[in-house]
Amino acid sequence: MSSIGTGYDLSASQFSPDGRVFQVEYAMKAVENSGTVIGLKGTDGVVLAAEKLVMSKLHEPGTNRRIFNIDTHIGMCFSGLIADARQLVDIARKEASNYRSQYGVSIPLKYLNDRVSMYMHAYTLYSAVRPYGCSVILASYEDDQPLMYLIDPSGVNYGFNGCATGKAKQSAKTEIEKLKLGELSCKELVREAAKIIYLVHDELKDKNFELELSWVGKDSNGRHERIPEHILADAEKAAKQAMEADSDSDTDDL
Amino acid sequence: MFQEAPPLWKNGPAPGSFYNFPNTTFSLLQNSSSDAFKHSQSPVTTATSIIALVYDKGVIIGGDLLGSYGSLARYRNCPRVLKVNENIILGAGGDYGDFQYVKALIDQKIIDEECLDDGVKLKPKSLHCWLTRIMYNRRSKFDPFWNNFVVGGLQDGAPFLGTVDKLGTAYEDKIICTGYGAHIVTPMIRGVLDKNPNIKRAEARALVIKAMEILFYRDARSFPKFQIATLDEDGVQVEGPIDVSQNWQMATLIR
Repeated sequence: MSSIGTGYDLSASQFSPDGRVFQVEYAMKAVENSGTVIGLKGTDGVVLAAEKLVMSKLHEPGTNRRIFNIDTHIGMCFSGLIADARQLVDIARKEASNYRSQYGVSIPLKYLNDRVSMYMHAYTLYSAVRPYGCSVILASYEDDQPLMYLIDPSGVNYGFNGCATGKAKQSAKTEIEKLKLGELSCKELVREAAKIIYLVHDELKDKNFELELSWVGKDSNGRHERIPEHILADAEKAAKQAMEADSDSDTDDL
Repeated sequence: MFQEAPPLWKNGPAPGSFYNFPNTTFSLLQNSSSDAFKHSQSPVTTATSIIALVYDKGVIIGGDLLGSYGSLARYRNCPRVLKVNENIILGAGGDYGDFQYVKALIDQKIIDEECLDDGVKLKPKSLHCWLTRIMYNRRSKFDPFWNNFVVGGLQDGAPFLGTVDKLGTAYEDKIICTGYGAHIVTPMIRGVLDKNPNIKRAEARALVIKAMEILFYRDARSFPKFQIATLDEDGVQVEGPIDVSQNWQMATLIR
């Protein structure tokens, strides 16, 4: 993938001779530059977690959030360019609102996923626009059923039980694969999600980060919400302890 | 015998009469001599009075469950007092379809604000003001929402009660009754509150129930089933359907 475009990378509307669209691949590079986000689907809901890298100590805590509400029962988190993502959030909210005004019920995630991914895909078709520089995870809880989708800058989407994008998506995926996602509840997943974000965070390259956690499921009455303060503090503490225990055992081995 | 002067030319102005210029928004709204008739400028399925008042630590709003089709009591379960969020309750009279439409607008607005997730909730004064804009905007298009809205709530610990009508006219007061109730029961409620401005919740509730009873006897578009919404430091409660206690013994004396 890291080959040079040699003239075929200037437009999203042109293939390279070996059948690739470089602009889309570059957009994916933009995604890989940003902090990791993960989504975990449990028995009774979905947990979203984001590693929000803090570029400057002068920033206020809690700004530039990476997890958004789309509708009462839908959450969206992203990795990539925040300004691009905010536009997608706006589109998703409009789609949700429009669906509600037409049909009188909240939008099923399947439909929202379809509409947002078609929208993102449209931006990979024309030379006058550039693709969105972000991947988004959509999560909801409908009819006692947790749902989660991940959409790439290409507009491709998949349903997931556990997914990760961003900087450390590979190692995050490896960690997620170790979990028994079909058996864990949201409360347990919150801790696991916090642990994974702490684990995959690269302290050498990125100093500061804020952990963002949200859930949608039984525990939040089917609403997508930020995780309550005390549960977040608990999860964060457990994650830090796990990290310390880990580093202790590392030094023991030496 | 007095006769109106004929128009100066066909469809033209007549001396001593009002004249509406043709092809203006206003003249198009008038039912012209053609067979076409506009149905969108008057209410269809209507709900009658709303009774609302402020008590010592909160607000109470009551309204019956009838949807009238002209004078026909057509729909018998049309709830129109409701909780908007933790600190707002709403009552509505007038066209029920318009109410449902505005309700959808409000619901979406609440969701929009929740999405922002800034910890700020919509407050009653804001909703009231926003409703005045909606109503005034529509009346300025000569296509009003045919409603009376009563917004009750708690803002910064103090009770709030305000209303808007289809023209966008709005005011705040301690007692607000709309429709027929404005004529029939406001004096009674005023009488009670003048004697004791700080009535308790139970007294306020009894007062609204009394008002609904009076209205059931006197208002030909009313119904003996109603709902009451209260909002105070204990939160929002929407009760009902409550029955009007009826007594028709008098009827036997009338011949």
